[in-house]
Amino acid sequence: MAKTRMREQDPLARIRNFDEVALGLTEEEAKNEAARCLECKKAACVGECPIEIDIPTFIQYIAKGEFENALNKIREKNALPAVCGRVCPQEDQCEKACVLVKKEGAVGIGDLERFIADWEIANNSKLKTPWPAEHKSQGRQNSKLEKRKLKEKVAIIGSGPAGITCAGELAKSGYDVTIFESLHKPGGVLTYGIPEFRLPKRIVDVELEYVQSLGVKIEANFLVGRTKTIDDLRKDGWRAFFIAIGAGLPYFLGVEGENLNGVYSANEFLTRTNLMKSYLFPEYDTPIKVGSIVGVIGAGNVAMDSARSALRLGAKKVYIIYRRTEFEMPARIDEIKRAKEEGVEFALLTHPVRFFGDENGWVKETELLKNELGDPDSSGRRRPVPIKGSEFRMKLDTVVCAIGQGPNPLLARTLTNLKLDEDGNIIVDKNHMTSIEGVFAGGDIVTGAATVIAAMGAGKKAAQAIDRYLKG
Amino acid sequence: MPHKILEKTRLNSVMWKIVLEAPLVAKSARCGQFVIVKIDEKGERIPLTINDFDLKKGTITIIFQEVGTTTKRFGCLKKGDSVKDLLGPLGRPTDFGEAGKIILIAGGVGIAEILPIAKYAKNNANFVLTIIGSRSKELLILEEELKKYSDKLIVTTNDGSYGLKGLVIEPLRDTLAKEQFDLSYCVGPDIMMKAVSEVTKACNLKTFVSLDANMVDATGMCATCRVTVGGKTKFVCVDGPEFDGHLVDWDRFIKRQKRFVDEEKRSLELFKSQHKECIYRGGEDG
Repeated sequence: MAKTRMREQDPLARIRNFDEVALGLTEEEAKNEAARCLECKKAACVGECPIEIDIPTFIQYIAKGEFENALNKIREKNALPAVCGRVCPQEDQCEKACVLVKKEGAVGIGDLERFIADWEIANNSKLKTPWPAEHKSQGRQNSKLEKRKLKEKVAIIGSGPAGITCAGELAKSGYDVTIFESLHKPGGVLTYGIPEFRLPKRIVDVELEYVQSLGVKIEANFLVGRTKTIDDLRKDGWRAFFIAIGAGLPYFLGVEGENLNGVYSANEFLTRTNLMKSYLFPEYDTPIKVGSIVGVIGAGNVAMDSARSALRLGAKKVYIIYRRTEFEMPARIDEIKRAKEEGVEFALLTHPVRFFGDENGWVKETELLKNELGDPDSSGRRRPVPIKGSEFRMKLDTVVCAIGQGPNPLLARTLTNLKLDEDGNIIVDKNHMTSIEGVFAGGDIVTGAATVIAAMGAGKKAAQAIDRYLKG
Repeated sequence: MPHKILEKTRLNSVMWKIVLEAPLVAKSARCGQFVIVKIDEKGERIPLTINDFDLKKGTITIIFQEVGTTTKRFGCLKKGDSVKDLLGPLGRPTDFGEAGKIILIAGGVGIAEILPIAKYAKNNANFVLTIIGSRSKELLILEEELKKYSDKLIVTTNDGSYGLKGLVIEPLRDTLAKEQFDLSYCVGPDIMMKAVSEVTKACNLKTFVSLDANMVDATGMCATCRVTVGGKTKFVCVDGPEFDGHLVDWDRFIKRQKRFVDEEKRSLELFKSQHKECIYRGGEDG
């Protein structure tokens, strides 16, 4: 039996709206898809999941139609199933390890996770257990210890995937957890970065409500380092800190003309669109300006999100401009496919070397060089080598730089003894502790820009380390 | 946490002074810093200089001019209303300390921003000469307050309705021709800061400018506020707002400041069509 694919909005229709593209599975479809699972004794999929969800068990529950049990099984390990079901690169993780991958195709683990999470949202009020059974039983088993340890204050800095996961885990263990978020809305990259059509914001809200139901407090509009420093918070009684501020600093190419009008960082382009809802301008006050021919530099998920957002914002033509070939693109295969279906064009083996502006300072033309692939670089991908004399020009009136993000130095500047690596990422030991006692870190601020699920895995491990630290 | 408007005073036909409940910001605020205000769900995140703060009362004072839709909508809020989101203090604080003889230049709503600088300069034992300019007498603000912190104050108006007729640049030139200064500091319209920087550069007088750029997150994440300073890209939100005026690429910056003019116009037209009663309230307070 072949994999059941989720229905999707028609490409021609969806580029006119910001509604979710993938429509999810019906109950019947989910049960059929779950029935494909061979229930391997030694399930390789679990080993590939950074947060070790008991995948075969939750899938068996779905096959039997026991959706609440499936939900509780996922929730044991995952505070954000509706998010992970949508944005995890399952094809590189759990689904890659599925024994069916080379036969009729891997079980749609991500789609099934999403199905259960969406089922929970639709049936929330009817559920018997507002939080996982595991949480309750653990609470009973450890009630004496937990009572003694309860109330120790832990501060989580940043409300993205790493922060939310760490906060949820610590709250489950009985700590008094507050997340500090600098933006007016929590969620980190889930809120400001990933577009509505890939991850609807109501889904993020529901996941955040769940974490709050565990007792986590969220303090928005609070920039640690400016509103208060970690030292201030220590004086206020916080005992441990988890820095999960992500990779917030946009990288630029470092070429001439980069500060012209109409050249955006992907961060800006997506934050205006998602967080500030510029796609609803002028009903919302924050504007965005998209020209008729847009070039998005880069080919990761952020680039695909930018390109597809640009189409929805009214661009006539959108190019992904990438220095290597499609094979090396870091974006998810499904997202590349969807971008193509929507009409995004790909200018491969090429990179911009200069932007030209008009008299008012607006980008109008871009000079690019063609590349050929050379030997593999440190990432294992073949290095792009510019071809001499291959300069050519493209008329682009909007450019979005989606070539990656690095660590935002703002918080580190306020911590004198915080050790950073040469890229500015925070150095941690095997317990996720930084060079400062009681201050932990995880997610993109440690590893450099990576995935939602990797950040969640770090958040979970850090929570365990913080628990050990506070129990001394 | 919403932030209550405790006081609202009209300074002139386009400017308001607002005292906001903001205990956390008041506690950490220093001279030269700003806050991000987002008045409601649909509002923009706008940077506004912290004009004053009161640690005991847990308040901050901001002075703003109605320019675009969000500031006009801000102007429609009454005493007792709240702004939904407030983030701060942001930006690097002023730290020129005891520099000696300082000349401060400000124009328009920038006069509100020079007041805390004047206070800081005076508290750091500097000699302070202040030049402020506005289009007309009606638009001139904070003259009395600035006198308190200035050893000398010169006022100009474009139309000559008060003080010297003309732009701040003329008395600045005259003053610099007669006297030696150690530092200058300018806040005002971009074109004025550019002109002042040109004048002071000619006599090699170190000049700080405080840039007011369009921002979104204001924490170094979106880079919309980038400015070229000394050939390098800087972010006004985290590297500024103060920069060496002699090193700022003014032409580039001024062009960047205009990137959303069409959208701003569109937004404002919509606002005006929807909020006639608020706009045409006239000189009424709060």
